[in-house]
Amino acid sequence: MSFGRMETEFRAKRDQGRKLLVPYVTGGLTGWQQAIRAAADAGADAIEIGIPFSDPVMDGPIIQEASQRALDAGVTPVSIFEEARELEVGIPLAVMCYYNTIHHAGHERFAYQLVSAGISAAIVPDLPLEESGPWCAAADAAGIETVMLAAPTAPDDRLPRIAARSRGFLYSVGLLGVTGERNSLAASATALAKRLKAVTDVPVLVGVGVSNAAQAREACLVADGVIQGASVVRRLMDGGPEAVGEYVAEVRAAITF
Amino acid sequence: MSILDEPSLEGRFGEFGGRFVPETLVPACQELEAAFRDAWADPTFRGDLNQLLSEYAGRPSMLTECHNLGRSLGIRLILKREDLNHTGSHKINNVLGQAMLAKRMGKTRLVAETGAGQHGVASATAAALLGMSCKVYMGAVDVERQSLNVFRMKLLGAEVEAVHSGSRTLKDAVNEAMRDWVATVSETHYCLGSVMGPHPYPWMVREFQRIIGEEAHAQCRELLHGDDPDFVVACVGGGSNAMGIFSGFIDTTTARLIGVEPAGGAAVGRGVPGVVHGMRSYLMQDEYGQVQEAHSISAGLDYPGVGPEHSYLASIGRAEYPTVTDDEVISAFQLMARAEGIIPALECAHAMAWIVREAPKMQGKVVLMNLSGRGDKDVGQMMEILG
Repeated sequence: MSFGRMETEFRAKRDQGRKLLVPYVTGGLTGWQQAIRAAADAGADAIEIGIPFSDPVMDGPIIQEASQRALDAGVTPVSIFEEARELEVGIPLAVMCYYNTIHHAGHERFAYQLVSAGISAAIVPDLPLEESGPWCAAADAAGIETVMLAAPTAPDDRLPRIAARSRGFLYSVGLLGVTGERNSLAASATALAKRLKAVTDVPVLVGVGVSNAAQAREACLVADGVIQGASVVRRLMDGGPEAVGEYVAEVRAAITF
Repeated sequence: MSILDEPSLEGRFGEFGGRFVPETLVPACQELEAAFRDAWADPTFRGDLNQLLSEYAGRPSMLTECHNLGRSLGIRLILKREDLNHTGSHKINNVLGQAMLAKRMGKTRLVAETGAGQHGVASATAAALLGMSCKVYMGAVDVERQSLNVFRMKLLGAEVEAVHSGSRTLKDAVNEAMRDWVATVSETHYCLGSVMGPHPYPWMVREFQRIIGEEAHAQCRELLHGDDPDFVVACVGGGSNAMGIFSGFIDTTTARLIGVEPAGGAAVGRGVPGVVHGMRSYLMQDEYGQVQEAHSISAGLDYPGVGPEHSYLASIGRAEYPTVTDDEVISAFQLMARAEGIIPALECAHAMAWIVREAPKMQGKVVLMNLSGRGDKDVGQMMEILG
């Protein structure tokens, strides 16, 4: 089968021995475009753009706050897409959005909006395998890669089915819980990544609870890469785009073996 | 053909329902569905639950005919007295079922969301009875206006956490309870309080609440010498008390089923299909799919969505979902107290308000209303409103 842009690039980089780094930035948050450019310059392989939603059940306090700030400032999916079009960072972009954002726009229309905005992939944390059919059909048709999530609670027979439906990469949920920074990497993070690596050759990236450079390195001992959300968004809110660039460079150095 | 059926294998009632949850929770929902199917088919479980419902909750609840109000409104008005259950509402029916099920599944902890506090109190009660720990999430706005129920939950040994995110009401309490469940799923059961959420909750909670309708149907046949009521009326937030009483009448009668929503939280009346809290259902949302805040005098109905089976019943025309205003509710609350000596929960005063408004069109008809909770919890709030 032929792969989309993100998966093609990720597979090639992985095969060259590079660990993949995907920072998450809340779309519309003050300084978000500069933060994405800084992250790209500092060694990110793709960017995950969070589309703020009123009821983000998979997100902890930091990303909740960032989403709320963006919503309060009048940010909408459409305003984010318009601004994303101007980014031109040379690496693939993905959106992280809750399913109602897609459902409300309509599957085909939303996929078309992503394509028009130059976005390659979508991560939908409340759309599990069993409910993913209609969206995936529209996304496949439009050439949008839908990244599936696998969680530590999944029985063994479920993992290959999730991996088979995943495009771009496979999102290995690091712990039982919501996004946010933790003192240490949960044992479940490497355990699940290991289980997934055993059943698929889709690039496996660990996200949720990968909170600093050292934890990213630990996860990358097993996984093909990491997604970093809350630790990036907190730096953007506290220190601005430069702080994001510095942090991404630090993580990049830590996962360069 | 039966309308009141099991949902499809995917948990759909028509095009509504489903299981839109984070991947982490999919195995938990599957496990819960399997455990519920097993328990519900097990005569021992059913027997134990029925014993608790009768000896602890006080079932069956009785019917009361309101002769004074009936005379002045020109109708026959009959109440199903769920307000007389232990803990003061219909919530205990569902909670005893779920807590027993959780225990059977080996879970040691319950988490629950609550709006008015009735479901939180019932969950805390069941946890105390069955020796489980319990944490209740409640919007900060509701903690304020339902302080009596907050203290009741604490007295019963539950931990109550005020939720400060979003609109700080019921919908945000659901979000926070789901976040807790995602992190604690191995030892925790999410004791959801209404016919909403991901499959199997809408179906399971309806099954635990259908005892209201089954009792009421038989009791009406006796009271009305073999006849059925012309109207069955209940308030709708998530919709568990309404699904409970409708269940006894959907297939077996031609009674008109009326689910009364608050004007500020009219999911069916003003919503379009959307997906939140694990289900596809009517939902109040803006042009980008952001869920809108509901605004109702009653904390228990302050919810922008509705259970998926209600969306289904509305879509096929078997039930109707009109709205009433806060002012109509305040009048109905006082009317019931003075005319019948019954102080209803503010939620149920919505059903009463619709009956009062529509009585001129129902002259001579028999109207059954589910009085799903008592108003003790609302007295403080009404004291402020009425001065």
